[in-house]
Amino acid sequence: MTITSPLDSVSLSLERPARFAFIRRGDFPIIPSAIFLSIALVAIFANFLAPHNPEIGSLTARFKPPFWQAGGTTKYLLGTDQLGRDVLSRLIFGARVSMVVGLTAVMVAGFIGTALGIISGYIGGWVDQVIMRLTDTWLAIPGLTFAIFLAAIVGPSMWNIVIILGAVYWTRYARVVRGEVLSLKEREFVRLAIVAGCSKWTIMMRHILPNVVNSAIVLATLMLGVVIIAEASLSFLGVGVPPPEPAWGLMLSDGKQGLMVGYWWLTVFPGLCIMLMVLSANLLGDWLRVKLDPQLRQL
Amino acid sequence: MSSRPLLELQNLSTHYVSAQGTRVVRAVDEVSLCINAGETLGIVGESGSGKSTLALTILRILPPAAQIVSGKMLFEGEDLLLKSDEEMRRVRGKRIAMILQDPMASLNPLFTIGDQVAETLRVHEGASRANAWERARGLLKAVRIPSPETRVTQYPHEMSGGMRQRIVGAIGISCEPRLLIADEPTTSLDLTIQAQYLALLRDLQREHGLALIFITHNLGIVAKMCDQLAVMYAGRVVESGPVSQIFNSPTHPYTEALLSSIPRMTDNRQRLTAIDGQPPDLSSLPPGCSFAPRCPEVFDRCRMQAPPAFTTAVGRNARCWLAHASRDNPAPLRVGTGAV
Repeated sequence: MTITSPLDSVSLSLERPARFAFIRRGDFPIIPSAIFLSIALVAIFANFLAPHNPEIGSLTARFKPPFWQAGGTTKYLLGTDQLGRDVLSRLIFGARVSMVVGLTAVMVAGFIGTALGIISGYIGGWVDQVIMRLTDTWLAIPGLTFAIFLAAIVGPSMWNIVIILGAVYWTRYARVVRGEVLSLKEREFVRLAIVAGCSKWTIMMRHILPNVVNSAIVLATLMLGVVIIAEASLSFLGVGVPPPEPAWGLMLSDGKQGLMVGYWWLTVFPGLCIMLMVLSANLLGDWLRVKLDPQLRQL
Repeated sequence: MSSRPLLELQNLSTHYVSAQGTRVVRAVDEVSLCINAGETLGIVGESGSGKSTLALTILRILPPAAQIVSGKMLFEGEDLLLKSDEEMRRVRGKRIAMILQDPMASLNPLFTIGDQVAETLRVHEGASRANAWERARGLLKAVRIPSPETRVTQYPHEMSGGMRQRIVGAIGISCEPRLLIADEPTTSLDLTIQAQYLALLRDLQREHGLALIFITHNLGIVAKMCDQLAVMYAGRVVESGPVSQIFNSPTHPYTEALLSSIPRMTDNRQRLTAIDGQPPDLSSLPPGCSFAPRCPEVFDRCRMQAPPAFTTAVGRNARCWLAHASRDNPAPLRVGTGAV
């Protein structure tokens, strides 16, 4: 009698998973990433996509409604504002402002916060005390109020807003990164580096930094929404991106008087844009957080 | 070989001081030891007897709460305690290397093996990347990693435990140090891998003329690996000397008890001998000998006065009044129940 071993039927597949397999696995957030990607593309190619100049309108065509309403024309698909500027074109260029401000402000904040967090966590002692008390103080001040204060001092411009938002929101990075560093520096490989005679700088750059980058990236995607809202709020309040430039927050602010007399398209479209962008950024961030966290990934 | 030992510790004490300064733990207390070039010194003792703190003291990488309160550490004639932090950093890894308690976790998961073996070379010898990698391949071959050419570009998770440990060994010897401190390097390995690793360490030692300090609580390993032995109890070296002599005729009752607690194949004892009682609290040691409460041969003087280190033979020391008594005084008044 021959017995066929069940092992005969087992074939080990050693091929690497396909590069984009994570999309097919079903947990990839397709809709949010599509939204985010299209906003990014619109921002990049704003020059080619916008049908009109966003900063110059014709006063003869003020307050035109979107094309499907009575009085609207297909020349201005989403209507015009109080200066006769095309709302669609302004939204398209506004995407650029939101993207640039959001991404760079998150990077500035991430750079400051990660650097301070690593130094604070690794060096410890009084350095840690000083940086952490500074962080506590920073967190005690409401972020937006602080940003308005700073903007009032340095004056409104897009790059000033980037720096201000970076200076206001670094604290979260510093806290998260410091916590990670505290546990990392007790790990054996850091001890081995100490025993091998590496300097503190080498250990921080080579052994600590690469290990906290994951958390910093996750935090960055989650912070993106916060920063975009903050930029829009500053612009709405008149201390953000200065007027001729098309920023979504500014459009909301300009359109708010029109709301009473039925010019709804001046506020609804920019509001919708902000909402979609923040929502997609947050959903992407959540997905990434689960993806990069070994505990939630159930490894 | 010069008569001067490679490393000489003289009355070295390291204490952990609590934040308020009210509690002092004498983790290493008045330790004097010698190790010659090319020799192996085994340090044995129970958990918490100060073995690891002694290793950290030699490299001066103690946690902030610990202080080296007294003593000298002469390494190649220089006192390591007088060196600045920067000078000390150049000694670590270059002249004194160490293998940590858990070598399995000693590799950074984000870098390739080659990067990590090359790192020490680049830090201490300023070797170029290409040169350091070349030498890393040679080192992997030296620690018997098969096909080092492909292994250098792999990551730690692609290696088995035994391999990772040998890689840590390779990092240890990369700058050809004079002294290698191995702090329980085999506790996380299974027995066959353990034997392999010990053989490798011994070969490396022979090839490079390394002095080795081997910290363990496995007396079997000591018998196989070491020339000299130091037995630590409650932060003190209670007995030191050549391994064979100590194994054949231990002087200190603690050493005797340790040796009789090793299981042997030839034994027909029904039960293993255990040492009664607990090791003392290092922050409130008894006034006399710290082993007195557990010692089977304790007598009055032991409880009142801590014994200094007596030289019992050439190269042999013991901190026990019995060692003193056997030479100078006639039989002391014994109070305990005596040896079992």
